[in-house]
Amino acid sequence: MARKEYAFYPGCSSQKGASSSNYLTSVQSMCKTLDIGLTEIPDWNCCGASIGYAEGGELPRLALSGRNLALAEKHLPGLDVVATCAACWLGTREAKERLEHSDILLRDTQIALQEAGLNITVIPEVRHMAEVLIEDFGYDALTKPVTKGLDGLKFAGYVGCQTNRPFGIDGESYENPKYLDKLVESLGGEAVKYDQKVTCCGGALAFSEPEKAHAQIKDIVESAYDGGADMIVTPCPLCQANVELYQGAINKKYGTKFNIPVLYYSQVMAVAYGSSAKEAALNGNVIRAKQLEALAGK
Amino acid sequence: MSANNTAMAVRYKNNFLKELEDQAEMGEWIKMCMQCGVCAGSCPTNFHPGWDHPPQEIFMMVRAGRREEVLTSNSMWMCTSCYNCYVRCPRKLPITHIMHGIANYAHRLGVAPKLQPTRNFGKIFWNNAAKTGRVNEVMLTVDLYFRNAEGKFDLMAGIKKALEMQSIAIGLVKAGRLNPLELFGGHKCKDQKGIQAMLKKARELEETRKALKAA
Repeated sequence: MARKEYAFYPGCSSQKGASSSNYLTSVQSMCKTLDIGLTEIPDWNCCGASIGYAEGGELPRLALSGRNLALAEKHLPGLDVVATCAACWLGTREAKERLEHSDILLRDTQIALQEAGLNITVIPEVRHMAEVLIEDFGYDALTKPVTKGLDGLKFAGYVGCQTNRPFGIDGESYENPKYLDKLVESLGGEAVKYDQKVTCCGGALAFSEPEKAHAQIKDIVESAYDGGADMIVTPCPLCQANVELYQGAINKKYGTKFNIPVLYYSQVMAVAYGSSAKEAALNGNVIRAKQLEALAGK
Repeated sequence: MSANNTAMAVRYKNNFLKELEDQAEMGEWIKMCMQCGVCAGSCPTNFHPGWDHPPQEIFMMVRAGRREEVLTSNSMWMCTSCYNCYVRCPRKLPITHIMHGIANYAHRLGVAPKLQPTRNFGKIFWNNAAKTGRVNEVMLTVDLYFRNAEGKFDLMAGIKKALEMQSIAIGLVKAGRLNPLELFGGHKCKDQKGIQAMLKKARELEETRKALKAA
């Protein structure tokens, strides 16, 4: 029995061979060290993501999240649901709020869920992994397992949008949340001054209207360089992918020379906790974090 | 103009605000806007060329009954779902969701801009996820690159786009974050039948409820 147990909602992008599979690998390493037990919600489905609004409509979206909540309640009763993806967390938590505040939506969702043989009675709490780390463990507990301090390494803590708005981490501000910086510092790293920490990366528009997203990503990367950061660290899979992958395209368009690694907090934590580069999934970064790889190899 | 669109325009006559209150998700909030423009100033896409109207203008146009202009606008489709407007609105309007709601309504009526790329991507995304219960990222990309905004297969456009994205794709494959074999299957839920029946029922219930409001 682990120190803390959760119903885990990993999300589509974390699956094997998918765009944030390195996030999942590093989360597993981090959780092993912290003795966090994650039991996957059996047969979980996509949350519909934010972009699902166009075709999805409200009730189908609620049904998708309702199914995950009902499955968690059925198979893992009493456990909080924990998501690592910002959009999964937002969508599911939003669904919980709407279902708890509207009898009509709850009734209709229940009717739809019957088609999948499910039913909701008590909706579990829906939390982001960052929330769990900070609220259920706290910075001191997160410092304790550090065997390789990140001394001398400089991080731009890129919180992004959906981990921060509209819910965010309790007690943090929307405009200047501090938790990611504090997390970096509790691992011995330096959190640089970073103007663009809550700027949007463009989200799904990186696919549909790339030139708009690229303009936003340019500011996000530029500001990290301005702050003197060695790398960017983020809690969100789409932030990670967008900010890492389009640096080449932005260089071409704007004549910049961006080449800054973009890590998940869980990768950074895993390295600080003594995991190997492979366990921290550093091989999953397209722009390799050579300083972290060197530290992990020590 | 679709038949449904005409029927709705006739049903609600000169009361477009009421139409959106009944028919669009979160539409009941629109009348609360006090025109301060904080949403516009907070939007990450506001400085890019191309959007017709910032949110507060859309809300005033709704009240002014400028139905066609609102529903055919590209403005709602600019939303990146960053929730900046949502958390800054002094009257606590869920602006992100209102914009999504109006966009979805325009899309349902078939009057949203046809070649709007985010409308197109949103549709591809939902259909992709709903098919097996989980997103297949490879198919998502293929559908996005090889189909035009009307859903027709376009080989040349796809090859051009794929070449542009080649270096990114190679980087992802090397990093183990893109698996070309997903073209032939990939991750899926076990209870796909249940999920599809559930989504079908949810859509029916929603349509019935909206129709009742219009009755």
